[in-house]
Amino acid sequence: MSLLITLFWIAVVVAGALALGWVFRTAVIALSRGNLRKAMRTAPLTAAFGMFIILLYILVAVFAPVIAPFAEREVVGGQFLPWEAPHIFGTDNLGRDMFTRLVYGARNTVGIAFMTTALAFFIGSILGLLAATVGGWLDQILSRVVDILMAIPSLIFSLLLLTIFGTSVITLILVIAVIDSTRVFRLARSVAQNIVVMDYIEAAKLRGEGLWRLITREILPNAMAPLVAEFGLRFCFVFLAISALSFLGVGIQPPTADWGSMVRENAALITFGDVTPLLPAGAIALLTVAVNFVVDWMLHRASGLKE
Amino acid sequence: MKDMKEKPVLLTMRNIQIEGRSDETWSPIIKGVDLTLNKGEVLGLIGESGAGKSTLGLAAMGFTRDGCRISGGTIDFDGIDLMKASEATKRGLRGKRIAYVAQSAAASFNPAHKLIDQYSEAPVQHGVMGRGEAEHDAVELYRRMQLPDPDEIGFRYPHQVSGGQLQRAMTAMAMACRPDLIIFDEPTTALDVTTQIEVLSAIRDIVAQFDTAAIYITHDLAVVAQMADKIKVLLRGDEVEEADTRTMLASPKEAYTKTLWAVRSHARATQPPVEKGTVPVVSVKGVTAGYGQVDILKNINFDIHKRRTVAVVGESGSGKSTAARVITGLLPPRQGQVLFNGQALPADYRQRTREQLRQAQMIYQMADTALNPKLRLRELIGRPAQMYLGLQGKALTERIRDLLNLIELEPDKFIDRLPSELSGGQKQRVGIARALAAEPQFIICDEVTSALDQLVAEGILKLLDRLQTEFDLAYMFITHDLATVRAIADEVVVMQRGRVVEQGPKDEMFQPPHDPYTELLLSSVPEMDPDWLTKLLKERAEKAS
Repeated sequence: MSLLITLFWIAVVVAGALALGWVFRTAVIALSRGNLRKAMRTAPLTAAFGMFIILLYILVAVFAPVIAPFAEREVVGGQFLPWEAPHIFGTDNLGRDMFTRLVYGARNTVGIAFMTTALAFFIGSILGLLAATVGGWLDQILSRVVDILMAIPSLIFSLLLLTIFGTSVITLILVIAVIDSTRVFRLARSVAQNIVVMDYIEAAKLRGEGLWRLITREILPNAMAPLVAEFGLRFCFVFLAISALSFLGVGIQPPTADWGSMVRENAALITFGDVTPLLPAGAIALLTVAVNFVVDWMLHRASGLKE
Repeated sequence: MKDMKEKPVLLTMRNIQIEGRSDETWSPIIKGVDLTLNKGEVLGLIGESGAGKSTLGLAAMGFTRDGCRISGGTIDFDGIDLMKASEATKRGLRGKRIAYVAQSAAASFNPAHKLIDQYSEAPVQHGVMGRGEAEHDAVELYRRMQLPDPDEIGFRYPHQVSGGQLQRAMTAMAMACRPDLIIFDEPTTALDVTTQIEVLSAIRDIVAQFDTAAIYITHDLAVVAQMADKIKVLLRGDEVEEADTRTMLASPKEAYTKTLWAVRSHARATQPPVEKGTVPVVSVKGVTAGYGQVDILKNINFDIHKRRTVAVVGESGSGKSTAARVITGLLPPRQGQVLFNGQALPADYRQRTREQLRQAQMIYQMADTALNPKLRLRELIGRPAQMYLGLQGKALTERIRDLLNLIELEPDKFIDRLPSELSGGQKQRVGIARALAAEPQFIICDEVTSALDQLVAEGILKLLDRLQTEFDLAYMFITHDLATVRAIADEVVVMQRGRVVEQGPKDEMFQPPHDPYTELLLSSVPEMDPDWLTKLLKERAEKAS
């Protein structure tokens, strides 16, 4: 019986998510025009649901001070209070409002993850495109350095670097961005290698175009589709890596609200059958799933365009 | 030509309609075509690209490509209704009673298996013969297809044999189950003229020997004249006319067919000889060049004068395109140099000045890969003008519009389009406009018409001809098509294996006596005469004996 009830609830959640996706898609189609509208028409419900969730997270992150009932670091009551008004998700190990911390967590964790991914892509794709375009010894040096960096397990490597350089937010962003840019480098280089052999690149070289213009105007626009799809995927990994590092205590430092460290700080509650520590974990999981839905769709479109 | 009176009917297609899916809607590709084919008869299907030739050919097997559907009509193959037949029935027919030979054998063979393994797959699958028997049979068919070393060639992988041999191996493979019908989809389009002859004669012989019916799809009229008993002309999914080959060649009825026939009439008037002592625009002096240790070009010399076109002719691999790469500076030569208006050009394009780069432009064979798919025409054409001539803002837009007018594309309609929104011929025109935008003295045209339909190619050649007189351009025209040479060249350079075999004014080149290789090349160009291939093979056999 309990199995049936579980299955029923799973079905309800999936149906609800798809319905949400459908409502969101219909709304966007009605409100938008041009290319966006055309693209949304072909979007599957999963992608629409993913987009809706991402949009929701962005809104929460941007309007965190408006939404949150208390201040981020304010101690508002006793420790581990139950789920009762005014604390809808209770309080944490220091007596801070759990809901408020979740809302600010969206801003901190997602914001830092986004900046890290953006930086990783900036470094990785520029170097990757450069290596593919210039070729020769530059390509050799960059590729071998990347090989060496990739040979070291990334979690251990980032733990090591964070221990050496300290655990400020800036170092965290830099360390993870550099480690992740190696993956982006590989992708950008291999995509660009297929583009640089095209006649239009030869034509641009013969025209006397400089390296910068060659990369930004001739190669990058044609490499965009796979790079954007990879951006979504990388974002998930970076996000998880930051949460994992925070859980281990070398990531985002208290008292900053962060989903990874929130799980760790409140983990003890699990033993009492309280699900509160799972809320930040669930927030991480939901965003990861949502991003992957959208990325799947983009990858599908990108590969379709290549045909 | 075979007598086809008492032959029974093999294939009947009535009012065939095929639709293709694009952007959620179905649009017609074939709009109600009838087709009747008797046993042992060869039907030639002719038309431009997009006319629906291949789609109709595939429909004869009851098959459509992904995203297409047969929406109406009947297909009757020897008493079997292919529209109603189950997938299993159709699968039983395909490969066994109906076979298909694709345009690019290189892309259609599985590169990971030996030829003979791929040959025996169909007969073994259909239970026609056992594996050993099939391999034995393969050797026999390879022999009949005049493949060199028939006992051994089947044990090679596709990349170990040449394009022409692959195409014949694929025809042999199609013959494996002795089908009643073979569909040939442009089997020689990707081949050189000299190789084409071998494949054509092998296909013709084997089809006659086994009395197989065939649908021969091509856009080359001269080829179909050799192969087909009757010809059907298609235009945008509709039948224009059908008649037996001789009647069709002698007196085509419809206006469209007549234009197809007349297409090769364009010929450039003979220009007066260049005055002695004129400095040529481009002069290639004793160039030897190659990749790695191998010399692709061996001591090449030729001049290109103002307002003259030099056609560089030869098979693939003869070094035509390598010569172009040396002139543009992409491949610095080992020996020799390239002079521009009497001045030596730096060997590497990176050392050339912007002015030197501007003066020599290039138009590519595949307009698809030569135009950046993400840039609009405004930028594609405008960039050279902006870079070399420093045009900005209004002056630049004005110039782009002028250039679009020159290549006969409506500026208002086209200026903000992407290359993917253009047809093949229009893309090639944009390629020309991009070259012109630099206001050069010299343009290299690398097989610019070989990827285009004849009518479209004709338009491009006329455009190039007009622009030459208008802007005093010198052209180097790389091609393997001698009809194009006749249409546009003033001088001809014949190349074989990296050497210049013969060179001189066009009129002399088309008059005997020839160098043996030029002779072979010239005689291999198909003519519209249906007896041409038979005569040619007879002559060559006589000469050999």
